[in-house]
Amino acid sequence: MPRIILDNSVVDDNWQLITESEQADVDISQLAEGNYLVPLSVWNSLVAELTTPPANIGLWLASTELPEQIQGSISEIPVLAIDFPAFADGRGFSIGRLLRERYGYKGQLRAIGKPIRDQLSYLVRCGFNAFDLAEHYDPEEALTSLKDFSDNYQGSVDQPIPLFRRRS
Amino acid sequence: MYRYDSIDQQIVDDRVAQFRDQTQRYLAGEIAEEEFLPLRLQNGLYVQRLAPMLRVCVPYGMLDTKQVRMLAHIARKYDKGYAHVTTRQNIQYNWPALEDVPDILADLASVEMHAIQTSGNCIRNFTADPFAGVALDEVMDPRPYCEVMRQWATFHPEFAFLPRKFKMAVCGSKSDRAAILVHDIGMALTTNDAGEIGFEVFVGGGLGRTPVIASLINSFVPEKDILTYLEAILRVYNLSGNRENKYKARIKILVRAMGAEAFAERVDQEWKHLKGSESTLTAEEIERMKSYFPTPDYREVASTADTEIESLRSEHQAFDRWLTRNTRDHRQPGYVSILLSLKPVGVPPGDVTAEQLDAIADLADKYSLGEVRTTHEQNMVLADVAKDQLFELWQDCKKLGFASPTIGTLNDMICCPGGDFCSLANAKSIPVAEALQRKFDDLDYLYDLGDLSLNISGCMNACGHHHVGHIGVLGVDKKGEEWYQIQLGGDQGKNASLAKVLGPSFSRDEVPEIIEKLLNHFVDNRIEGESFLEAYRRIGHDSFKAAAYA
Repeated sequence: MPRIILDNSVVDDNWQLITESEQADVDISQLAEGNYLVPLSVWNSLVAELTTPPANIGLWLASTELPEQIQGSISEIPVLAIDFPAFADGRGFSIGRLLRERYGYKGQLRAIGKPIRDQLSYLVRCGFNAFDLAEHYDPEEALTSLKDFSDNYQGSVDQPIPLFRRRS
Repeated sequence: MYRYDSIDQQIVDDRVAQFRDQTQRYLAGEIAEEEFLPLRLQNGLYVQRLAPMLRVCVPYGMLDTKQVRMLAHIARKYDKGYAHVTTRQNIQYNWPALEDVPDILADLASVEMHAIQTSGNCIRNFTADPFAGVALDEVMDPRPYCEVMRQWATFHPEFAFLPRKFKMAVCGSKSDRAAILVHDIGMALTTNDAGEIGFEVFVGGGLGRTPVIASLINSFVPEKDILTYLEAILRVYNLSGNRENKYKARIKILVRAMGAEAFAERVDQEWKHLKGSESTLTAEEIERMKSYFPTPDYREVASTADTEIESLRSEHQAFDRWLTRNTRDHRQPGYVSILLSLKPVGVPPGDVTAEQLDAIADLADKYSLGEVRTTHEQNMVLADVAKDQLFELWQDCKKLGFASPTIGTLNDMICCPGGDFCSLANAKSIPVAEALQRKFDDLDYLYDLGDLSLNISGCMNACGHHHVGHIGVLGVDKKGEEWYQIQLGGDQGKNASLAKVLGPSFSRDEVPEIIEKLLNHFVDNRIEGESFLEAYRRIGHDSFKAAAYA
């Protein structure tokens, strides 16, 4: 079973990604068993049909897709993943913050695709709490990179109060 | 100047430890080349033609003498005994070894310095007026605001992987000495009718392949709101900037494609959500930052200093020339600012040896309250010199090689490292600068030409700011050979203009002679008192073109 980082530890993961190319072949009835992350277009059509998709279905956003395009109630999405098609594509950092700070999303926010270990501390600060790192990173070893910095200047999702309001 | 508290120190120390670990993992083959690239770039480390190059951050150009001595130490210990002042007020080393860089960063951290975000697709160093706090025409000291912004930008989690690099500059005076209109964001401090402090914000300027003068998108952002406003701009750019083509990825392309007004509207929509958040500056924080830049404890300078200087001037022509070109008026009676020229003939513009750095630190301790500034024209400034010490300082400068009385003349060229060092360059730039300096070495001639900026870049990335030189020289590659395009009519400052290409390019040997033709054309046609740029604007491009290709 694949292993991901979730809330500061490494766990088994059973959420399966349905890619955009696969979606044409997938029928919702086939998704009854197991846990699936579906693309935005599939999510939105599920919402159109069912209003609230079943709890075993989550959503993944491409780096070009914005929270405002998500139909239905964002807060009820069990797992929301954001794709980093290349680790240098930094749109996901803004998308993560928007989901947490503007849309109030409280569920699992997962970075998928090719995020790298050395982006972990930035990702956490932008609201991500789950990480499916690029294959060649050992998630156990990567845990130490979550603690690269003891403090930070800006307000962010994990610490909304910027340092200048906390200095005594 | 700003001093780190224990938290600031911990943050740079954490960074050193982080990069040490990353470098070890890279050298052990645990990080792929392309993944290590942005990590090293965001610590200032490039891999150049001959060796790595390390760019050290000099926040808005301010250094104390302890820091200058550390820069000298690093040049000696890890490099070949010299350093280079860049066109964005930073310091570069051309020969460090990759495995030494964590130790260099640790040495820098020991004097409150770093190389954070001096490269890579992130928010870079904030630049400002090298005469901040002392200039006669200053409206407000930009440095406290630059420090506020420096801290905000340092490891900003959302903006570390932007579509492309992002440069900002802040101006606090009537004339702009920070070239704010050719930055991704340029800010000018101002006050509104109610007397409140704020910023005019210009976006989308830049040089490089597609030079653009920035557009005004907000004529008054209150000081307390500046961080949330910047955050809104950066978020719009991060989400909408081009990520397919790196040549179209700078914010200037996005602003131009959307139109400045539509861009401003998008920013306002985003800002609506951010304005008033916890990131809004507090009056206490602004005061705290200002307290680091107080008016120094200037001493009383005897009023006889002026008459003594006048009599020394008449005795020593060289002193007179140096005073004329290399000093700037100061707001404190009895004081001036002086420029240390880093442009002696035969030395790459902006290069400075370890011994000279130590000497500069000694000069600053002796004459200028222990502080030094770097300029984007690649010189250094002693900002607070008492007039009764000027003659002595000049003699010291002469001995040390900083007294070339050529500031602001043709010979005070801005020049990138070019093909001698840089792997991006199409052509060498340092030998062109040297050939020009040797050809035009007569001081009377240089003074007769008056204020004249000649800027040289070895490629279209424009580190030598050739688009905003009165005369710009650009190295181009034609079938593997080095050629040089000449451009005319650029200018920085509040009325910035972009230079226009003269015509077909020239070989390196031809450049001095073509420049001479252009200068002769200026001298022959100018009206009394007219500068090169004024004459160019009056007579017109075609007239100069005809002279060059005659």
